[in-house]
Amino acid sequence: MPQEQEQKKTQKKAGGGSEDDAGQVQSTSKGEKLKEEMDEILDEIDSVLEENAEEFIKSYVQKGGE
Amino acid sequence: MAISKVIGTETEYGISAVGAPEFNPVLSSSLLISTYAGSLRRIRWDYEQESPLRDARGFEPVQMREPSEEDLGLANVILPNGARYYVDHAHPEYSTPECASPRELVIHDKAGERILERSLEELHRVLPAGHRLAIYKNNSDGKGNSYGTHENYLVDRKSPFGNIVRDLTPFFVSRQVFTGAGKLGAEGAWEERGRHRYQLTQRADFFEAEVGLETTLKRPIINTRDEPHADPDKYRRLHVIVGDANMCEVATYLKVGTTALVLKLIEDEYLPDLSLANPVASLHDVSRDITCTTQVRLADGRRLSAVQLQWEYLERAKKYVEQEDPSPDNDEVLRRWEATLTALEDDPLSLHRELDWVAKLRLLEGYRERDGLDWSDHKLRLVDLQYHDIRLEKGLYYRLAAAGKVERLVTDAEIDRAIMEPPEDTRAFFRGRCISMYPDAIAAASWDSLIFDVGKEALQRVPMREPLKGTREHVEALLERSPDPATLVGLLQG
Repeated sequence: MPQEQEQKKTQKKAGGGSEDDAGQVQSTSKGEKLKEEMDEILDEIDSVLEENAEEFIKSYVQKGGE
Repeated sequence: MAISKVIGTETEYGISAVGAPEFNPVLSSSLLISTYAGSLRRIRWDYEQESPLRDARGFEPVQMREPSEEDLGLANVILPNGARYYVDHAHPEYSTPECASPRELVIHDKAGERILERSLEELHRVLPAGHRLAIYKNNSDGKGNSYGTHENYLVDRKSPFGNIVRDLTPFFVSRQVFTGAGKLGAEGAWEERGRHRYQLTQRADFFEAEVGLETTLKRPIINTRDEPHADPDKYRRLHVIVGDANMCEVATYLKVGTTALVLKLIEDEYLPDLSLANPVASLHDVSRDITCTTQVRLADGRRLSAVQLQWEYLERAKKYVEQEDPSPDNDEVLRRWEATLTALEDDPLSLHRELDWVAKLRLLEGYRERDGLDWSDHKLRLVDLQYHDIRLEKGLYYRLAAAGKVERLVTDAEIDRAIMEPPEDTRAFFRGRCISMYPDAIAAASWDSLIFDVGKEALQRVPMREPLKGTREHVEALLERSPDPATLVGLLQG
């Protein structure tokens, strides 16, 4: 059994997840460290995200392919 | 005994001009490629051997060929790494050179992203100030328009096509659990079915048929295009249109590694009949279940989840590799495949370092939690799109990678090298080296030929109908003895 899998199992036990009615998995609290890590990622991504999300998304239209 | 699986991918990239409604995607794509290719643009693509409407089921072509992109004067070049870089309809498209292993394919698939990024940088230097393009390696604009990421596998002509359809369809339906690139919402005719906030794949919404020749409407799970680009008596090139564009190296590796191995099992008739009762509906159902537990019905009445179906394939593949085809490459595919299925059963969200759909979902959930965003928020749509931006500084996948948040399989050095260097163990080596060494003497090229103009009256065609010939081992000495192209052609004819 590769170590990687063992680690994943341990992680799961430490964390856990639950399902809401629509079948979507909610990320419940995975502990302070994981939350901190996620906040760091989001801060980093905030700094590169395109501005004016609504206009940007509306103008992205692709016609023709394959 | 199954034949070696030569692998390639073709990626159509999304392209847009920020804040420019007059933007022409066809001309912009052409300009992008021409700017990168420079003088290599002179070499023609040789269409003589191509017939995209030939059908693997043996039908005659059903309609006349449309004018090619080349007829319209659009860019279509062969690169020194053996790849093809061209305009396909309204997109820049990158076809990797032929690769002999899944890991090599990952390197060249990634090199394609770097080539698009360099192209964009070079184009931005010559465009008027304020004109800015963006390029995405994804498969949907979120408004019902899809563009493809196609895989190609070399298959033994002797293997009946019916077996491929029977055995590969359930595999394609179920492999979505690790190949999906993730998508907010649903598109097309499925849109009104509505409550789906997020699904595993970009592409499943666009598939409506089980088998067929189409790629742009009524898309089939198994595409029947029969254009081998190799000796047609010996080979098929299985053209797979049902996959997503992956950013994660592990996802690309699993996608092509497991598919290539399953094709070997099909050729050696190693699989039980896992036919599904309703493949198209099952494709949609699997994509729309992020818990990966939804069961699909088999033709024999059994009900299995996608992950359970994958275990059926994996168990057979393990036996096959042990008994018929032991190799370190196969062992590595089996090891990763098993680890992935184990984790999918245990907790799919634990795979955020390996799989695109999980990595992206984690980001979306993070934003929802931190900013209290509704699933319909435009910012989440932007995250869904910008995850696929091919720029290292802008693409959200790349920001995750730079922060060490996704698993890497190959090194940046290997990717950078593949921008100019062909794979060494397929005919791409000969093609790429000739492009590097004798660019002025090559009049035209295609996947299975090079046409030399060495000053004689007639052009000299060098056929390359064996994808595993023309490797470094085969031709390096020949190329070293050929300081000029006339010598090379002479030696080849002699």
